[in-house]
Amino acid sequence: MPDIVRNGVRIDDNFAEAFPMSGTGILITAPNAKWARQAALTMTGFATSVIGCGCEAGIDCEVPPQETPDGRPGVRALLFAMSSKDAEKQLVNRLGQCVLTCPGSAVYSTVAGEFEIKVGDAVRQFGDKWQMSKVVDGRRYWRVPVMDGEFFCEGKVGLTKKSVGGGNLLIMGADWDKTMRATEAAVSAIDGVADAIAPFPGGIVRSGSKVGSQYKGMSASTNDAYCPTLRGVTKSALDADIGCVLEIVIDGLTDNAVREAMRAGLHAIIEMGPEQGAKRVGAGNYGGKLGPFHYHLKDLLP
Amino acid sequence: MKPFTFTLRQEPPQRVDLSALTPDRLAGKSVSQIEEIEIGVTRISTKVGDLFKISEGDLKTLRYEGGSSRFDLLGTKLLPGFEIHVEGDVGAQCGRLAKGGKITIAGNAGPHVASGNLGADIEIKGDAGDFLAGPLAGELAGMAGGRVIVRGNAGARAGDRLRRGIIVIEGDTGEDAGARVIAGTIFVLGEAKGRIGYLNKRGSIVLARGGCFGPTYVDCGPQELTFTRFLARSLRDHSAVAAELLSCKLRRYGGDTAVYGKGEILTPD
Repeated sequence: MPDIVRNGVRIDDNFAEAFPMSGTGILITAPNAKWARQAALTMTGFATSVIGCGCEAGIDCEVPPQETPDGRPGVRALLFAMSSKDAEKQLVNRLGQCVLTCPGSAVYSTVAGEFEIKVGDAVRQFGDKWQMSKVVDGRRYWRVPVMDGEFFCEGKVGLTKKSVGGGNLLIMGADWDKTMRATEAAVSAIDGVADAIAPFPGGIVRSGSKVGSQYKGMSASTNDAYCPTLRGVTKSALDADIGCVLEIVIDGLTDNAVREAMRAGLHAIIEMGPEQGAKRVGAGNYGGKLGPFHYHLKDLLP
Repeated sequence: MKPFTFTLRQEPPQRVDLSALTPDRLAGKSVSQIEEIEIGVTRISTKVGDLFKISEGDLKTLRYEGGSSRFDLLGTKLLPGFEIHVEGDVGAQCGRLAKGGKITIAGNAGPHVASGNLGADIEIKGDAGDFLAGPLAGELAGMAGGRVIVRGNAGARAGDRLRRGIIVIEGDTGEDAGARVIAGTIFVLGEAKGRIGYLNKRGSIVLARGGCFGPTYVDCGPQELTFTRFLARSLRDHSAVAAELLSCKLRRYGGDTAVYGKGEILTPD
């Protein structure tokens, strides 16, 4: 395929293929930013891929005290699953085990969705009938007595079925250091985009997968076309100057959030240029027949 | 847009029932039809046209130029999205069973303000009578949602059998505020007389100056609650004094242990 070049970085004439997901999220506040972040980190741990974790989750942004409902520092965490039932189950479990348990935490709804799922209304029973309900401005909140005071939690949080999961960028560079430098720059640019998360460790996945396997019963296996060690022995997609490939996977509450996150990431990589960072950027898809959302890299260029 | 206005011509000759004069019930009626609505409560007829001069406007907001302590049942069953403003006093049961919307009274209000309120935002700039947000005789629960703010004083038994919602009394209250409260939140920012929170089940009563609540309330010590910080922010634009009180460290008294004991009285430590 004819390459497009921007600032010396080759851009594949290709597209990322993404799928509809159920997206929800919570705003966690705490007496200080450290503990708000800790609760969000714990809650979004082991949530890299729906295949093995049941959901994909990550931190969207930090929220300053003047913008949170209780005036304490907050962190917005988003969670995506393949169905609203899965999203509810995962959120309630993670809220109960990771946020309720985290010192000082409180939870508020932060996603304006067309549906609502019960979270506080489920976790309240931990209060063993000592919990108190408060309705403020038409929304129900629960006060659950715990050993450091009270866990304050909104009864229901919003859920939208208009979320999109699977936006991605394949970042290819000469070696690990340069590829990582470009990928990290892309992740921090994506961090600045509202309503989108990159669920993998530090936002980056190194074990990109293809559909199917030579083994029976394995639905996904290593993407050998992009493995630099297999260049030559397999039908490789890599050029001779590529020594390392990293991928960023993006989930967003809206189609536009995913597009903007991909655009921000791509711009950051191009700005860095091939000497310091990546030589080439691609995107993963399944031929375009499986997912309804297609993000063409050529449409996102500066 | 200009509000739909009722200008008072004279003091009503008898108590009047204004429950028919809410935006949704006036919609589609002409001025002459509205003037024919019977609002008297005795055998002597009093019609809207006898008392008010009507000037048409946007029905989203009703405005009464001039009020009277004989204006009963103003804003009954008011629906969300509508507003009523009274430039004067009102009588009994203002905002009775209101489902939502906003009612502002520039003067004083009679007894049973916000009785059975389900979601309306009611502000009384003067004083309110007895049984603020309380149930009528025979009813099991009082106000069940919404927010009532009284800038002046309230009468006896304010917040009686409160079930849900927020009551803020910026002045003093008469005897026995918060008696038989089921749940919800009551603020008294002035002096609270009599026994407070008698038989309170799970409600929160916040007192700026303390008061007498008897031995069935148990001292739980000073607390820093996320809930009070949250409520302070939500009340900031409605009652700055209440929001300020909530930002203090508050001592919690659990009770009334004569009943469930799951309610509380919060006072500055």
